[in-house]
Amino acid sequence: MNIIFILIVSLFFTGLVNRTKSIFSGRKGPGILQPIKDIVRLLKKGSVYSSASSFIFQIAPAVYFSTVFIAALFIPFGENPGLISFQFDFVLFAYLLALGKFFNVISALDTGSSFEGMGASREVLYSMLAEPAFFITIGSLGLLSGYSSFSRIFSSIHYSASGSPVIAYSLGILASIVFLFLGLIENSRVPVDDPKTHLELTMIHEVMILDNSGFDLGLILYTGILKFALYGALIANLFFLNTAYIIINVLIFFSFQILFALTVGLVESLMARFRMNQNPQVILMLSSVSLLIFLGVMIITGKI
Amino acid sequence: MKNKIYELVLISFTLAIAIATSIIAVFALNGPMFEVILPGNQIFGQIPLRIDALSAWMILIINFTFVTGVLYGTGYLRHYHDKPKNIRIHQLLFVILHISMILVCSVQNFIAFLIVWEIMAGSAFLLIIFESWNKSTVKAGLNYFIQSHVGILFIMISFIWVIVQTGSMDFNAIRTFSEHVPNPVSITLFFLLFIGFGFKAGFVPFHTWLPYAHPAAPAHISGMMSGVIIKLGIFGILRMLLLIKSSYLVIGEIILFVSIISGLYGVILAIVQHNLKKLLAYHSIENIGIIGIGIGIGSIGLGLHNDFLAIAGFAGGLLHMLNHSLFKSLLFYSAGSVYQQTGTLDVEKLGGLIKKMPHTAGLFLIAALAICGLPPLNGFISEFLIFSGLFAGLKSDSFSFSLFILTAIAALVTIGGLAIICFTKAFGVVFLGTERERFHTEPKEVPFLMLFPKYMVAFMIVSIGIFPQFFLWLLKNPVSLFVPNILNNSNGYFINQVAILSKIGMIGILILSLIFIVYGIKKYFEKTKVVTVSSTWGCGYVVPNPKMQYTASSFVKTYSNLIEPILSMHKSDVVLDQVFPGQKEYSSHNYDKLEFYLIDKNLKWLRKILLKLNFLQNGHIHFYILYGLFFIMLMILVSYGEYLWELLMNFLRLF
Repeated sequence: MNIIFILIVSLFFTGLVNRTKSIFSGRKGPGILQPIKDIVRLLKKGSVYSSASSFIFQIAPAVYFSTVFIAALFIPFGENPGLISFQFDFVLFAYLLALGKFFNVISALDTGSSFEGMGASREVLYSMLAEPAFFITIGSLGLLSGYSSFSRIFSSIHYSASGSPVIAYSLGILASIVFLFLGLIENSRVPVDDPKTHLELTMIHEVMILDNSGFDLGLILYTGILKFALYGALIANLFFLNTAYIIINVLIFFSFQILFALTVGLVESLMARFRMNQNPQVILMLSSVSLLIFLGVMIITGKI
Repeated sequence: MKNKIYELVLISFTLAIAIATSIIAVFALNGPMFEVILPGNQIFGQIPLRIDALSAWMILIINFTFVTGVLYGTGYLRHYHDKPKNIRIHQLLFVILHISMILVCSVQNFIAFLIVWEIMAGSAFLLIIFESWNKSTVKAGLNYFIQSHVGILFIMISFIWVIVQTGSMDFNAIRTFSEHVPNPVSITLFFLLFIGFGFKAGFVPFHTWLPYAHPAAPAHISGMMSGVIIKLGIFGILRMLLLIKSSYLVIGEIILFVSIISGLYGVILAIVQHNLKKLLAYHSIENIGIIGIGIGIGSIGLGLHNDFLAIAGFAGGLLHMLNHSLFKSLLFYSAGSVYQQTGTLDVEKLGGLIKKMPHTAGLFLIAALAICGLPPLNGFISEFLIFSGLFAGLKSDSFSFSLFILTAIAALVTIGGLAIICFTKAFGVVFLGTERERFHTEPKEVPFLMLFPKYMVAFMIVSIGIFPQFFLWLLKNPVSLFVPNILNNSNGYFINQVAILSKIGMIGILILSLIFIVYGIKKYFEKTKVVTVSSTWGCGYVVPNPKMQYTASSFVKTYSNLIEPILSMHKSDVVLDQVFPGQKEYSSHNYDKLEFYLIDKNLKWLRKILLKLNFLQNGHIHFYILYGLFFIMLMILVSYGEYLWELLMNFLRLF
């Protein structure tokens, strides 16, 4: 069920981000469904392939999409587990995203372009640096709830039930900050990367896909949005209420996704991108936030 | 013709040994221990040959790697057809190595074990220096040989300790000895053994021989060294862990600590290597670290009496032993094929090989994905087991222990991430893009004899990834050596893990089919559309040149800036002194910092001391005879002194 919601969100997510940005810069901006329309248009187009590229370049977008799509099947919806759920499923979740990243990077190297190599080098480093934060956060939440799969972890985080609700709620907020940042890094948005920059030297993700066109480009763009919706769903899962009316949780889900999109739009309107050599520090900061979550969990469970 | 016969003899010999020992091993893996006691003699005592489930698992790994190795090696050595004598010796040593390795797994008598261990180390040394006409190869081989003997020294000391204390030559003496001594003593004994076997396994800081020996050896030997020889070190540690009764918690924590360091250090240095085989050698250190993390978690589980931890840790570690032997040998074989076709291992000179050697490239990609621990291949399965052990270990009562485990989780994740950087670099630069340098002979795909064994390995890699539950099931007996009764246990952790793995296998199939479906849809869409092939987008620049591609150094530049404090980088500075500077040169290379501080520096003062004793080595035979005489006299004096001492003691006792 959740996969349907994620797919619905993915239809308007980037549109919402763009709309926020346009309103902040005083423009009217395109419609909310414009990015999806663009993608559909791309899917219908023919392609240009680089003469340097090989089979890898052709299959990489399909791998990228498939891994993210299957990763989306892991996300639970409140009490209901995702389509795929087992003990420690979040390990597979993270490694699936890494598989997609791997193919993305080697397909950029496949073109033999200096720009794309540069983007690939940055992207692979940044996502490596971000990885520990995800594991520490999920591990800590698992410790808090005493369970070890996505659905059980999320469904059993009853904040008020534990001894110190203030710390517990702040943990939820910290965790959503971690997921928010992970979403931004994984999708190469401001403050780590700026998708609207027009110099290849300053791009990360955009420069990797310079040579993709037509169906492949559409697939890659759509996968990016899907990834956003996926992280948004993770955040929403932190705040679901333990209620019998599923409609309330559906509302919570969509409002958090919209809030997430608005935040991304706000960040992009109000902030400039960090300098490239500061990015590692910013990303490592995320790991320290996740360590804070761990310490908080330790306090709640009474170990320190 | 004559060469062909020798090749056939070698292959059939290896196959015969492999099949014969595998049959015993398969029985031992599924049933009771196989035990033969050879009579031995006065010095040795009885020589028990025991093949339990652990030995059986190791023997099966060894046999598979040797079968692929002999097939690939036969093809590889044809390149050196002008040196038939070297090849002949090489083939003979290959069989000796095979037999000695199987004996290492089964002999359980201290002296006999040391002898077969020595034969194994020695024959491996001679196999490494196949290209003995290269001075650097011999030097690398000697480096291995010496360090291997330092390791043997530690093993010998601890064996002698046990022999003196118990008077028995049987391995079981370790158990009886450790049961009767306090914990600190048995832990010390374990760590002497750990250092000894750690030299073979390549744990940091005993790793410095690996990055030299692997590039120097012929590709099939590198594959086997990395695949199975260093695993014997792990096997030794596991064997000792089974025998020593001690505080498993302390042992486990120290193994875990050393392994985290090894894993991180190995991969951190692997990324900045530009020699393909050296890069792979550092990755062996990393993977030994991952196996060690599994074993460490396993023994912590034993110490805490937490069955889940123990099962996940040992199963993950043992499975990773198999997995690493598969993908690492495949990587080395592929690197060897690249070396044979291009004559270089310098990644900066290679590029675009996927078009010339599509099979090799595809196989390298499979192995690279597997070593990064990406689903749906085998590396993920063992890392998943280790991860589940670690996450379960987080739930402890003490904060410091949880923090330690958290560090291990973060380390394992970072290792995985860094491995991805490393293999996107290695695969991307060597096989993708356009070629960076022209070679005298155009590289082409290697012959079938070299491809077939690689496909065998790749088949295993994929089948472990897709049907992991069967392989975990095979591990039920080896794991139950550590954790008794895992099948009949009421908690059912093992059965549960098997069920989870079968789910992961299903997801693997799901991913593969989804990729094919999406790819098919794309092809269908493109059928009616215009598809053109054009040059890579050059940002407006119209005369691109292969030299403009991103190089391996630039790919890891951001990373190497970040970790520069850990590396020891040597850079030559370029000073631009004029308005129109002339031709300038810049070079940078990195060196293993630990090697510098632990080996090179110490060697320097050791040399200084030993040079003082140089006068002893004067080349006159009569002097050497005199030394011998001195030694004999010393021995007589010592025993005489002992006798006198006893007399004195007896005399004193009279009063």
